[in-house]
Amino acid sequence: MLSKLFNFNGGIPLPQHKEASTSLAIEPAAIPNRLVLPLSQHIGTPAEAIVEIGQYVLKGEKIAKADGYVSAPVHAPTSGIVEDIGDYPLPHPSGMLAQCIVIKPDGKDQWIELASHSSDYKQLNPSELRNIIRACGIVGLGGAGFPTSIKHNPGPDRTIDCLILNGAECEPYITCDDMLMRDKAKEIICGLLITKHALQAKQCIIAIEDNKPLAIKSMQQAVEEFGNNKISVAVIPTIYPAGSEKQLIFTITGKEVPENGLPLHIGIVCQNVGTTAAVYRAINHGEPLISRYVTIAGDVKQPRNLDVLFGTSVNDLVNQCGGSTGDVRRLIIGGPMMGFAMQQITIPVIKTTNCVLIDAGQSKELQKQKYTMPCIRCGSCADVCPIKLLPQQLYWFSKAQELDRIQDFNIFDCIECGCCDYVCPSQIPLVQYYRFAKSEIWKRERDQQKSDNARERHEFHQFRLEREKAEKAEKLRQKKAALKAKELQKELKKGQTENNENETKENPAKSTAILDAIARVKAKKEKQHITAKNTDELTVSQERMIKEIDERRAEQRNAIPNSIDSTDSDNVDKTKK
Amino acid sequence: MLSAILVVGLLAATFGIILGFSAIRFKVEGDPLVEQIDKLLPQTQCGQCGYPGCKPYAEAIANESAEINQCPPGGEQTIHDLAELLNLEIIPLNPENGAPTEKTTVVIDEANCIGCTLCIQACPIDAIAGAAKQMHTVIQSECTGCDLCIPPCPVDCIIITPVKHDFKTWQWDKPAMLAENKTDIA
Repeated sequence: MLSKLFNFNGGIPLPQHKEASTSLAIEPAAIPNRLVLPLSQHIGTPAEAIVEIGQYVLKGEKIAKADGYVSAPVHAPTSGIVEDIGDYPLPHPSGMLAQCIVIKPDGKDQWIELASHSSDYKQLNPSELRNIIRACGIVGLGGAGFPTSIKHNPGPDRTIDCLILNGAECEPYITCDDMLMRDKAKEIICGLLITKHALQAKQCIIAIEDNKPLAIKSMQQAVEEFGNNKISVAVIPTIYPAGSEKQLIFTITGKEVPENGLPLHIGIVCQNVGTTAAVYRAINHGEPLISRYVTIAGDVKQPRNLDVLFGTSVNDLVNQCGGSTGDVRRLIIGGPMMGFAMQQITIPVIKTTNCVLIDAGQSKELQKQKYTMPCIRCGSCADVCPIKLLPQQLYWFSKAQELDRIQDFNIFDCIECGCCDYVCPSQIPLVQYYRFAKSEIWKRERDQQKSDNARERHEFHQFRLEREKAEKAEKLRQKKAALKAKELQKELKKGQTENNENETKENPAKSTAILDAIARVKAKKEKQHITAKNTDELTVSQERMIKEIDERRAEQRNAIPNSIDSTDSDNVDKTKK
Repeated sequence: MLSAILVVGLLAATFGIILGFSAIRFKVEGDPLVEQIDKLLPQTQCGQCGYPGCKPYAEAIANESAEINQCPPGGEQTIHDLAELLNLEIIPLNPENGAPTEKTTVVIDEANCIGCTLCIQACPIDAIAGAAKQMHTVIQSECTGCDLCIPPCPVDCIIITPVKHDFKTWQWDKPAMLAENKTDIA
């Protein structure tokens, strides 16, 4: 099916060191006497614990639920008692602590009753498949740990032309995917068919580097058995970093993933073989993700692969491989190129842990560069960069902390593959500089956001003070005005009572009643705007009469105090009508 | 001759009208330089620079009555950014204004808080919640660590705490320069 492979820019052939750990067959690692399960084993929001200390949990029971869309639940890898929920070190280069659930296994390894789904995945629609995958806590096992259910949701108007199964495993030492393809080729193909169905992908390509002949053979056999002509195995040349998503896509299809884009945007989805096998276990058996293959290699007595329950301490694994061959200088999680050196050896294996490397001083490739010399501007780094960046420029700018300039040189496209680092004759820790620059840029963005936020709040604070001041002043003014009006009214009333003395003397209540009535009538009059309606087409004598009446009325008004005015005018109005 | 004068005069008049119109229509409110400077300041409103807030300090820098090295919370980075914006020399932080410190926030010791609201009034960004005779608390996500609430507190129940890092805010160290200087080129 595949006519041609493409070569990406740069890359380097590396000594593989893969034989040592593939000599022994996979075995399940011993259940340790305690499992430490971090709530954050994936990219996204950490899960939320739903168990209590002292609670008995069964194997496969959900112990933490997904918190939000980009999140994944955590399940108990074996039956036992929840011993603690607290902060423990995580496999992270910072050595920071984070919330973990600690389970003390009871040794029975008793499964919870698993939800049985239809054994035929074709009867389930993509959305149902995604829900099962999500509920089983499946995340990308290649290293990033992105929740798989989200990856399986390309959106309604996107079609997936090609589903690439990543079995390249390009980093030295790591062999867990190799072993998985040898052992569980059928499960992988089943998982691939499920994924293909979930994504409605048109074709599937399984990419394997040519240094894994046994895995290739096993996968090819499985593909033939299934007899699906939409699935093919592509044998790609062994060159680091061929297994990196963007490089793999280019190798297979010749297409480049756009900057800041996802493979989805060019109709491609890439998935790790381990993830695919887990998808099969979830759909066909209802099994959540509770264990994975892990390579233990480097300076250990017997490098090998083990099927490890999540939460097992790395230290236990090393001991199961006969211990280290000397004093452990460094512990690397991941490969020697892109892995991270850890600060403790008691960290647990999590969903994204593919390899545990021990540096005890014997393996040259694992040792830290000791002496850094000045850059001689040889340009080797630019030759090997698979992204076609200019590592030297990035180095200068990150060293000088010119963070704006460094972004002009696309530092965020750097995949930190470490090729430049590897070939540098001056042994400059280039990737370290890039990581520093990236995190510095993020920090500055955060700070900027925080200061913008603070400015906004401060401005509002000042506005609020002004507003409160103005409100207070207004209130005071109103109060004063009200007081004045009251006084004025008092005076007015006084005057009126003097005028109507006779009436008030007779009946004080009556006078107020009169005043009220006057006010009422006045208001009514104003409201109605009473004017005579029959004032058009009047004769001269009529006009004269009206005039006379008006004059008389005016006289009366002057003579009689306000009180009688309105009644009088009412009468006049009536006579008019 | 006359036509030339007429043409030039007409052009001058036309452009005059256009310029006059745009001066009114597209008038920029406030001083854009002050805004730009203000944007680079950390907005703690702490007053360590000697001005009553970040904006007044920005105004002072803009009219050249203040140096760019008077902001301890901003530290070197702010001086660097300001120097770049204003095309000035990078100068070290003025020790009179204080030393740059680790980022901190404040926490109210809730057991001792008497609910006097003095800290609420002191906070320049309204990041303290509470009411009279009720316990107060600091909204951690908003606190800038300006420490302005500490002096007014009558019972000294406000404590300065360093900002905790999580996996999102954790940072890689800059590769040690020492390693480069310690080369074994004999």
